[in-house]
Amino acid sequence: MIQTKGERAFHVFSIVAMVMFTLLAFLPFMLIIMASFTEESSLIRNGYSFFPEKMSVDAYVYMWSSASTFVRAYGVSFLVTALGTALGLLITSMLAYPMSRQDFKYRNVLAFIVFFTMLFSGGIVPSYILWTKYFQIKDTLAALIIPNLLTNGFYVLLIRNFYKNNVPVELIESAQIDGASELRIFYRMMLPLSVPVLATVGLFMGLAYWNDWINALYFITKPQYYGIQNMLIRLMNNIQFLKSGQASSMLGANAADLPSTAVRMAMAIIGILPILVVFPFLQKYLTKGIIVGAVKG
Amino acid sequence: MKTKSGGLRKTLPLLLLAAPGLLYFLINNYLPMAGIFIAFKDVNYAKGIFGSDWVGFDNFKFLFQTSDAWIMTRNTLLYNLAFIVLGTMLSILIAILMSELLKSLWSKLFQSGLVLPNLISMVVLSYIVFAFLNADSGFINNSILKPLGIPEINWYSEAKYWPYLLVFIQLWKTAGYGSIVYIAFISGIDKSIYEAAKIDGAGKLKQIRMITLPLLKPTIIILTLMSIGRIFNSDFGLFYQVPMNAGALYSTTQTIDTYVYRALMQVNDIGMSAAAGLYQSVVGFILVMAANAIVKKVNPENALF
Repeated sequence: MIQTKGERAFHVFSIVAMVMFTLLAFLPFMLIIMASFTEESSLIRNGYSFFPEKMSVDAYVYMWSSASTFVRAYGVSFLVTALGTALGLLITSMLAYPMSRQDFKYRNVLAFIVFFTMLFSGGIVPSYILWTKYFQIKDTLAALIIPNLLTNGFYVLLIRNFYKNNVPVELIESAQIDGASELRIFYRMMLPLSVPVLATVGLFMGLAYWNDWINALYFITKPQYYGIQNMLIRLMNNIQFLKSGQASSMLGANAADLPSTAVRMAMAIIGILPILVVFPFLQKYLTKGIIVGAVKG
Repeated sequence: MKTKSGGLRKTLPLLLLAAPGLLYFLINNYLPMAGIFIAFKDVNYAKGIFGSDWVGFDNFKFLFQTSDAWIMTRNTLLYNLAFIVLGTMLSILIAILMSELLKSLWSKLFQSGLVLPNLISMVVLSYIVFAFLNADSGFINNSILKPLGIPEINWYSEAKYWPYLLVFIQLWKTAGYGSIVYIAFISGIDKSIYEAAKIDGAGKLKQIRMITLPLLKPTIIILTLMSIGRIFNSDFGLFYQVPMNAGALYSTTQTIDTYVYRALMQVNDIGMSAAAGLYQSVVGFILVMAANAIVKKVNPENALF
């Protein structure tokens, strides 16, 4: 295809502009990475910088010495993410399947029940009182998994649409003729067939759990239930928390030696590391999900 | 073969499958809806929720007598307005540029740049913002203002800067992500339209103005209407955690969502919090219904219901 001069100019402009946008997107990450590897004294002199005067891994060495705190927070986050996503996918697809069946009498009733939750909410106060006073959920692992995050109307409708559009009725009917129970059809046929949509929805659920800190803000008062996000908030509010831990006694370090300025940024790196690691593998599903979500949301 | 619907033997297994999900919505969504009566009570834990005295609309009266009600409503609406207008424009710009480069070597890298900022939690985002803004070691004070000879700014205690900061932060986080829908749409446009325009002598900019943008218009309208339906909601983390819950910033960072949280958890004023929450839910509901009605008129296919 012949390119005119104007087209070439536009192409070059696009590249330049996108390089700038991409730099803008990545630079803040670069700043916290560089900051976390900066020596404390040059941080105190020059602040966080892209080009540290003197580099150092002190912050990470320090965090390694108090690793148990972070390992625990990581553990909580991983556990909550895994359990929440698995349970969420299960109940979401179990609800979506009957709704997708054209011969199911109550499918429209169910669709309305699910859909209405997307339009109106009772607000935080009734929900907070319900969970804390009636379900006694405060300071339990369940508080991090169940309220608000387990599933939502949008996910249910997304999976229902997948079943409706991608699984031929004849397939279900022939399984029924073979004498398969509904549970078996769901478990042996629908679940395996819907892996693509489950992957997308599961990805969104997993991200929501990993990044959630609001449930803990409302329901958790004991730090041992903090996941990594709330650990980060706690550290930001009070760098003393690190100093007071076993860390300083183990290191024999006094407060002045604590590389607190760099540690903050190293903590942030710890917080996003898992996302950065899995990101390249997930990008495809994510993009697909956004498009499906926007078109049918 | 079509089997007749009905028959308990046939519906019961399906109902049982649906039961856990339904139970969840019942507890997580419908019981709180039933609980909106709390906004009309003077909640006293000693008497219990149900035993507390009814006070009619008193909670709302008190709420709207305070300046809080005006400030949080104004902030919520204006921020959303800025996010919608600037976010849409930026997303479309990025989408047009990206569509030009989809086959280029760098396209994968560009795409991760679009998505990555939206994957981090508000907590990590607050750390990133802190790296730029904090008074002692922040990048802006140390590496930008100091060399320019401008006095340091105490970002976390000066409310006047935050409208710009929050809009910028929100755009940084979401504009690339928002562009993906438009990229998908543009790549679906029939290439022969552009070829024909080219033969007629239309340059790139003219093609964008005369083909891409007009074809995008319905999508833009619908996405915008949907955002307007949510204009009474705000991202709690953006307005609470990113400004570090700093009291000095409330005048420009308080939104309905942060007010509900602070009234409930920090001030312990259940009545005010419940009233503000219900105010948000009811106006939000009306807005969603209105937005949907308009979408239905514009393009029935895209209506929610």
